[in-house]
Amino acid sequence: MNLDFTPAEEAFREEVRAFVRSRVPPATRTKMLDGRHVSPRDLVEWQQSLHRQGWGAPSWPQEYGGTGWSPVLQYLFEEECAVGGAPVQLPFGLKMVAPVIMTFGTTAQKQRFLPRIISGQDWWCQGYSEPGAGSDLASLKTRAEKQGDHFVVNGQKTWITLAQYADWIFCLVRTDPAAKPQAGISFLLIDMKSPGVTVRPIITMDGRHEVNEVWFDDVRVPIENLVGEENRGWTYAKFLLGHERTNIAGVGGSKRELARLKRIATLERKNGAPLIDDPCFAAKVAEVEIELMALAITTLRMLAAEARANIGAEASLLKIKGSEIQQSLAELLMQAVGPYALPLQLDAFERGDAEAITGPAYAPPLGAHHCKTRKTSIYGGSNEIQRSIVARTLLGM
Amino acid sequence: MDVEFNKDQQLFADTLQRYLAQHYSFEHRRGILRSPEGWSRQIWTGLADLGLLGLEIPEEDGGMGGRPVEILMTMTAFGRSLLVEPFLASAILATRLVRDLGSLEQRRALLPALASGERIVVPAHGEAGARYDLNSVATSATLVDGAYRLSGKKAVVLHAPAADHLLVSARTGGVPNDSADVSLFLVDPRAPGVSLIAYPTLDGARAADVTLRDVRVSVDDRLGPEGGAGPALASAWNVGVAALCAEAVGALEATLAATVDYAKTRKQFGVPIGTFQALQHRMADMLIHVEQARSMSYLAAIRARAPDPDVCASSVSAAKVVVGRACRRVAQEAVQIHGGMGMTDELAISHYFRRLTAIELSLGDTDHHLERFVVTSRRRMGSGEETRSPPAPASIRRHPDL
Repeated sequence: MNLDFTPAEEAFREEVRAFVRSRVPPATRTKMLDGRHVSPRDLVEWQQSLHRQGWGAPSWPQEYGGTGWSPVLQYLFEEECAVGGAPVQLPFGLKMVAPVIMTFGTTAQKQRFLPRIISGQDWWCQGYSEPGAGSDLASLKTRAEKQGDHFVVNGQKTWITLAQYADWIFCLVRTDPAAKPQAGISFLLIDMKSPGVTVRPIITMDGRHEVNEVWFDDVRVPIENLVGEENRGWTYAKFLLGHERTNIAGVGGSKRELARLKRIATLERKNGAPLIDDPCFAAKVAEVEIELMALAITTLRMLAAEARANIGAEASLLKIKGSEIQQSLAELLMQAVGPYALPLQLDAFERGDAEAITGPAYAPPLGAHHCKTRKTSIYGGSNEIQRSIVARTLLGM
Repeated sequence: MDVEFNKDQQLFADTLQRYLAQHYSFEHRRGILRSPEGWSRQIWTGLADLGLLGLEIPEEDGGMGGRPVEILMTMTAFGRSLLVEPFLASAILATRLVRDLGSLEQRRALLPALASGERIVVPAHGEAGARYDLNSVATSATLVDGAYRLSGKKAVVLHAPAADHLLVSARTGGVPNDSADVSLFLVDPRAPGVSLIAYPTLDGARAADVTLRDVRVSVDDRLGPEGGAGPALASAWNVGVAALCAEAVGALEATLAATVDYAKTRKQFGVPIGTFQALQHRMADMLIHVEQARSMSYLAAIRARAPDPDVCASSVSAAKVVVGRACRRVAQEAVQIHGGMGMTDELAISHYFRRLTAIELSLGDTDHHLERFVVTSRRRMGSGEETRSPPAPASIRRHPDL
C-alpha cells in the first residue's frame, strides 16, 4: 500500500498539467473557474486539442485510438483537467455509446462512428428517459417497428442533455411489445437530421436551456444502425451504466469547486473578518473537504477492485457520495455570498460587466448554480435507485 | 499509488483472523469481561507469540519495526473481534513513547518485556477538565534531593488496573496548556502515594482515576529530557488515532454484516425486513460510511508517520472525523434495524454499539478533530503546501462595499 503517486504518475500529472495550462484558451479557463456558460464551440475545440495530442479518448483501448491508460492515469488526467479549468469531455459519445459499439457493434459500426467521436466531429446525446419512464426505465414506450430494411420509430424521449447540438442520438426503443418489459428493448443509433425528429427545449430552474424533449414521428432508421441483437438492448444499457467509473464521483470537479469556495470565502466578510475564519462556516467547509478527501481514496480503491473484476455496487456508491458532495459545495458557494445570491444578473455576469453587477462579481451565478446542482442526485439513476442497487448487491435480495 | 494489500500482508491478516476466530469468539470474550481482571493474560501472551506486541518496536530492539499496514490490519481485526486487551494503550501508545524517548538502558529494560507481553505499560495522561487538549497537564513534578516528587490526578486512565507501569505526564515548569515543560515518568502503580480508583467503562474495558500524592520517582525513571515529552506525546497520539480509526473499521464492518444478516432472516408481515426499502436504503448509507471510513483509515495509517507535523495532524484528524461520523451513524442505525433485540446485552450488536460510541469519544472526538483539521490545513494552505489551488481568475475581486 502506498497513497503517494509514483514518480512516473507524478511525471504524468505534470505533463497533463502543463498541457492544460498551455492549451486551454484563457477565456475558456476563466469561464470554467468562474462558473460561466461554456459554449459548444469551447467543448468541441478542447476535444480537438486533446485529439491532436493523442489524448482524445482517455478511457478507450489503443486499438480504437484511445490512450490505453490505466485507471489511475485516467483518474489523474480527469482531475488535472478539471482543476486546471479545462472544459469537460462530454461523456455521451466517448464514455457511453462508444464502449457499447466497441463491445457489441459490428466492424462497420466501429469504423463509421468511433473515429468521428474521438475527433469531436460527431456530437452524441443519450435517448433513454421518457415522460413515463424515469427510474422505471424498462417501462419505456418509444416504438421501433421493422419495415423491410428500416426501423420506423415513434415516441418521445425526454431530459436529453444538449440534444440541440447533437448529430446523433443513441436510443432505447421497444421492438417487441409482447415481451416482458426488459426483454423487448433494442439499442438504436439515430441520425438527428432524420426527417421526423423534433427537438423541444426544456428550461430548467437555473434559467438555462440544457435539456430537451426529442420527438420521433415515423422516423426511418436503417437496420444497420441497430447495435447488437434485436431485443437485447437492456443488457447493453446495463453494461453502459456500469461502465464509466473513473469519473463518476466527479472528484476533480469538486476539487475545483472547493478551491472556488475557499477563494470566495476568503474575500467575503463576516463580523469584520474573512468568512473563511468564521468557525461555523469553516467547519462546514472542512466537513465537505474531508468527505472529498475520503472519496478520492474510495474512488481509487474501487478502480483497483474493478481491475480485479470485483464489481459490485461500487459505481452506485461513488455516484451517491459524489453527487452529495457536489450539492454541498454548491450550497456553500451560495451561502458564502449570502443575500447577493438573490439578484438575477446572469447576463451581466456572462458579459463580465462588473459595473452592472450589484454585489461581488462572482456572486450572480451562485443561486442558479445551487438550483442546477440539485439534478446530480436525480440524473443517471436517482440516488434512491442507486441505494436500492447497493442494498440489492449487499443483501443479495 | 497502490491502495491494496500485498500477499504477505494478506497472509498476515489471515493468520491473525484465524487466531481470533479460534480464541476470541463472542462467548469467549463474554467470559473475559466477566472475569475479575476484565482482560486475559492468555490472550495477551497469544498476541505476543504472534509478534503483534512488537509491531511498534524497531528491529534493532527486537521488534517488527513499526509497520503501518500491519498495524492497520491488526487493529481492524481487533475491531471485528471487539478485543478488550490493552493493545492500543500498551503496544502502541506506551511502546512508541518508550521507543521515542527512552534512553538506551530504558529501551533495553522495557522494550523486550513489552514485546514478550511480560509487562504492560499504559500512558496516564488525561486530566479532569483537559478534555482532548494534549498540553493540558497540571500534574507537577518537582526535583527534591535528587528525585522527583509527582503530585496530581490523572483521569480515565484506560487499562490502568492491568498496568505494571504507568507512563505519567507531569509538568516540571511552565503553565498548563503549554506544550513545553511536560515530562514523562515511569511510575509503579503500587508505589507509595499512588492510588487507583478502578471502574469498568461503557465498552467493557477497565480504567481508573489515578491520584499521585508526593510520589517519589527516581531521575532514572524520567523518559527523555526534562520538559521534552511534548513532541513525542503528540506523535504517539497521532499514531494512536490512526490505530483507533483502523479498529473502528473492523467494528463497523462487523456491525454492518450483523445488521444485514439480521435483516435477511428476521421476518415481519410474512417477509424478511430486509425487503423493506426504508431499511435497505439505511443499510446502503451504512455501507457508504464504512467504505469512506476504510479509505480514511488507510490515509491515517500512512500519514500518521509523515515527517511534516501539519500533514500528519490534518490527515489524521480528517480521518477521525470521517470515522467518528461513521461510528455514530452505523452504530445507531444498526441498533434501530435490530429493533428491541438491538437493545439487549445478549446480542453482539449492542457491544459493537458501545465500542463504536467509545471510539468516537476517544483520543479526540469528532468536533475536536474537525477543529484541528481546520487549524492545521489552514496552516498548510498558508505555507503553500496545500494541494495546489488554481489561480484566481481576474473577475474575482473584492466585494465593492469593502
